[in-house]
Formats: sequence, C-alpha cells, structure tokens
Amino acid sequence: MTAPDAARGAIRIHDLVKVYPGRDGQVLAVDHCSLDIAAGEICAVVGPSGCGKTTLLAALAGFHGIDSGSIHVDGHLLCGPGKPRAEVGPDRVVVFQNGALFPWKTNLENVAFGPIVQGKMSRREALDKAAALLDEAGLGDALHAFPGETSSGARRRVEIARALMTDPTILLLDEPFRALDALTKSVMHEALLEAHARRPATLFFITHDLNEAVFLGHRVVIMTARPCRPKHILEVDIPPPRTQALVTEPRYRALVQEVAALVHEEARRAFEANDREH
Amino acid sequence: MPDGPRQQPTPAWPRSLADAAPEWLWHAAAWLRSPAPYRMLIGYALALGAWYTCVDGLALPRFEDLPGVVDVFREWTSAAPSFGLSLHTPVYYEHILTSLRRVGLAFALATALGVPVGLLLGASPRFRDYVFPVLEVLRPIPILAWVPLAIIIFDGAESPVVFLTFLASFFATALNAQLGVRSIDPDFLLAARCLGAGKLAIFWHVILPGALPSIFTGLELSVGVAWFSLVAAEMVSGQFGLGYVINTSFTMVQYPTIVIGMLTLGIVGHATSAAVRLLGRSFMGWRARALRLEGA
Repeated sequence: MTAPDAARGAIRIHDLVKVYPGRDGQVLAVDHCSLDIAAGEICAVVGPSGCGKTTLLAALAGFHGIDSGSIHVDGHLLCGPGKPRAEVGPDRVVVFQNGALFPWKTNLENVAFGPIVQGKMSRREALDKAAALLDEAGLGDALHAFPGETSSGARRRVEIARALMTDPTILLLDEPFRALDALTKSVMHEALLEAHARRPATLFFITHDLNEAVFLGHRVVIMTARPCRPKHILEVDIPPPRTQALVTEPRYRALVQEVAALVHEEARRAFEANDREH
Repeated sequence: MPDGPRQQPTPAWPRSLADAAPEWLWHAAAWLRSPAPYRMLIGYALALGAWYTCVDGLALPRFEDLPGVVDVFREWTSAAPSFGLSLHTPVYYEHILTSLRRVGLAFALATALGVPVGLLLGASPRFRDYVFPVLEVLRPIPILAWVPLAIIIFDGAESPVVFLTFLASFFATALNAQLGVRSIDPDFLLAARCLGAGKLAIFWHVILPGALPSIFTGLELSVGVAWFSLVAAEMVSGQFGLGYVINTSFTMVQYPTIVIGMLTLGIVGHATSAAVRLLGRSFMGWRARALRLEGA
C-alpha cells in the first residue's frame, strides 16, 4: 500500500445532517455525523437496520443531497455549503446490495462499460483490460457468459471488477455480500482483500455481518440507531494478510464480541424507539 | 495402449453436425420429443370434431345454416371453387397480400412512432405529464368509432384503412415501451451514472436494452391488434383484403368463403405474431439464455 494511489481517497465527513420528509413530519436520518476515513482504508460500517448508513453512502455517492455539514475528499469539497449534492462518479463507485450488473451485457462487456462510456479507452482497449482484470480475479471462464448464467459469488466479483475498472479512489459497498451463503462469502472476503491490496482504494463498506466487518475492516464504525452518527470506532489491529485462519484466533473473536455488544445495545434502542412510534 | 478403447477416435461427423446445427433446430428437436406437439394435434382435432358434430353430425337447431367443416375444406382446396375463392385461385393470395401489406405498413409506422414515444414517456416525467393524459383519453376510443374521421381526413380507400390499423398498434407499442422503461431496476441507472455514463450512453446501454423485453411484448400485441383493426377497417372500405372477403361473402351468401377468410386470418395472424416473437428472441439472446438456465 505504498503506491502513490494510496494517498488518494481520504474522506472527511463533517457535521453532516440529512432530514427526510416523512408521514408525520420530518425524519432525521443522519444527525451531526462526523467521520474521517484515511486514504486506502477499509472502513466497515455497522449499525441497526434503518439507522441511516445507506443515507450516508448515498450522500457520498451523490445520489441525494445533504441538509447541512460537508463532505470533503482529499481536501476538495464534495458537498456542503453552497453545494447540497455531490456529482455522481466516476471517482466514487457504488457496489449495490442486490447487484446491478446489466443482464443484457456479458460479464466482459459489463466490466469494460466504464472506460468506454467515459471515452477514456477504445472499445478494444477496454475489453482487453477488462479481460485481464477478470482473469486476475479468477473469472477467465466467465468472460462471455451473461450475468444470468453466472453464479452469485462470481457475479459479485464481476461487479467489483467493474467498479475497479474505472480506477475509483473510493469504493462504496452497500452490503454487497448479503445474499451469499457463508462459504461463498468467505471466498469473497479474501478476493476483496486481494483486490484491495492490488488497487488500494478507500472502501466504505456497509454490512450487518459483524464477522465480515472485523475480518475486512481496518476500522469498524458502529453507528447509533436513527438518527445515525458514529457511536464507537474500533481499530482492528490485525495486519495483512488476513486469511480464513484468522477467524479462530482469540483476538479476532474478542473483537467480534466487542462489536456485537455495542451493536446489540443500539439495536435494542432502535427496537424500543420503534415500539414507541407504533 | 495405442489401440485401447480410449484411443479410438470418435467419428467426427455426428459431433460437428450437432455443433453446426442452428439453435432453433435444437429447440425444434426438443419440442418434437416432448408431448406438446401431439397434444396440439389432439386439440385441433377436438375443435374440428366439435364443429363437425354441431353442424354436420347433429345439425343442431341454430347451426343448420352454418357451413360444415367438410364443405369449407372442400371449397378451400377445390381447383374450381363454387364461390371463386380457394387455394388454387390467384385472387385468394391477392387478398392475403393486400391485407399483409396494410398490416406491415401500419405495424412499421406504429413501431417507428410508438417505440420512441413510449421510451420518452417512460424516461421523461415532463413529456409524460404533457402527453400521457391525451393518450389515455384517445386510447379507449374503439377503432370503429374512428372510421368516419379516417375517411374524412384521408383520401382514397387505402390510407384510411392503414391509418385505422396503425392506431391501435401505436397505443399498444407506446404503452409497453413506456412500461419497459419504468420497469428498469433504478440501481442499473445509478450504477451506470457511477461508472461515468452520460445521458446518451445511459439511453443506449441501459434504457433501450432494459426496455426491450417489454417493447417486444408490445410489438407482439401490436401485430395482433393490427389484424383486429385491419379487418374492421376493411369491412368498411376497400376492395381487397381478408376483411373485405368476409364481409362481401356474407352479403352474397357465400358462407363457406366466410370461414375460409376467417381461418386464413387466424393462420396469417398467428404467423406474423410468431415472426415478431422470433425476431425478439434474436435481439435478446441474453434473456433466452438466462431463462433456459432457469428451466423455463
């Protein structure tokens, strides 16, 4: 992680507020949230369902605006005073929860999509680079298959390759492995860490899987129940390479338990708040 | 073990032949091996049998004046038909070609206009606000109600018929194209924007292919309603075409010819729908391949 690229993609979220119009007046989704994420860091974000993690991700992606506060990336204003909404991509790419590979394009065409539509590469160049990237990810067999013919695990890897194709400084992942079975998940985790080691982007990784958060994250940010703000930030002081052998180690188990206790407290608060509302 | 069983070269031709066979042939072979074609034949036989029983066999009270199945097929295949229309008379094909040409023209116009309008309706809320309410008022008006205006607006016998045929097709096409755009997973649009796609690229790479399945459903419907409205229009005006055949045969009491016209419509209409469906499949290989995996 000494490549010059590693110096890019530092996120500074400052005092961010996001309010949604709701049925009974305004709903405060994100409340004065501040968070610094280092360039090249894998930042795992956990918190109760509906706490506003995805709202935060959408603000980073530019899918919707913010009401106050600011987000800077590498010192440049992404959104904030006078600019309520960030522009979308291509320096920040989202990997969606349910997968958003275009089903009418082959895996190869999906991966080559970004540079082609940006006009950064010719179609030929883009396809060649995409094929190399997929080969590198062990997906050489699936180049000309359509996503509908590809296993769910391979689809996720194709989608991550598609995101990496445009050399983003920040990758925004919204529970990307949620729908996978446990075995496929563990393969995905190692694949993601490998990909990150090769192309160190900053990863903003939302998950509900606490094992996943500790296994992948350099830090784990535990969010409060709605409105969302960091409750606790846990440093995961486990150097790379992290492999599956790690999951049996006591220090790893202890960290997972620590996260679990913190999240549980918030989940209970969210649950009780919900009870009061209804 | 140079002569061992594993070393035996397999004859090359059956394998390469199977590889070279086009996909539709493979599908056709699979279809023939399934019970479906035999059930289909039985279905046809039962329908014809019911017709025969009601008209020729039992001569049921309200059915006695109807042409029987034997009369119709004898007339249809006769070299010297009593009412001048059969498989052997050139005028039969002239009627078919006239109707086909009208449907083809109306379908082409409806597609050329309906697909872009539908895509715009789906993609632009502003365009939708202006246009959709107008379409919703015009759409329920039956084709026959348009006949007087069509005759006033258009000269001659041909253009009013094509216009009437076009109308219903246009609505089916536009509405389904719109539906296709609106059914696209919003994540696809967001993903495309994240990857740096501009408006034009999103249209070509996401909206158009995403809407294509629904567009082709619309086109299939559109061919169907084109035939439907064509016959209505031909019964009112024109001197050729299958609708005209049916109508004049009725006034001239040539009952078997009515049924010949009807069955011909059914067969030709079915064939055009199937052609559109096949065209759609060839455009959407990705869909066919994904569906086959699901065993559909």
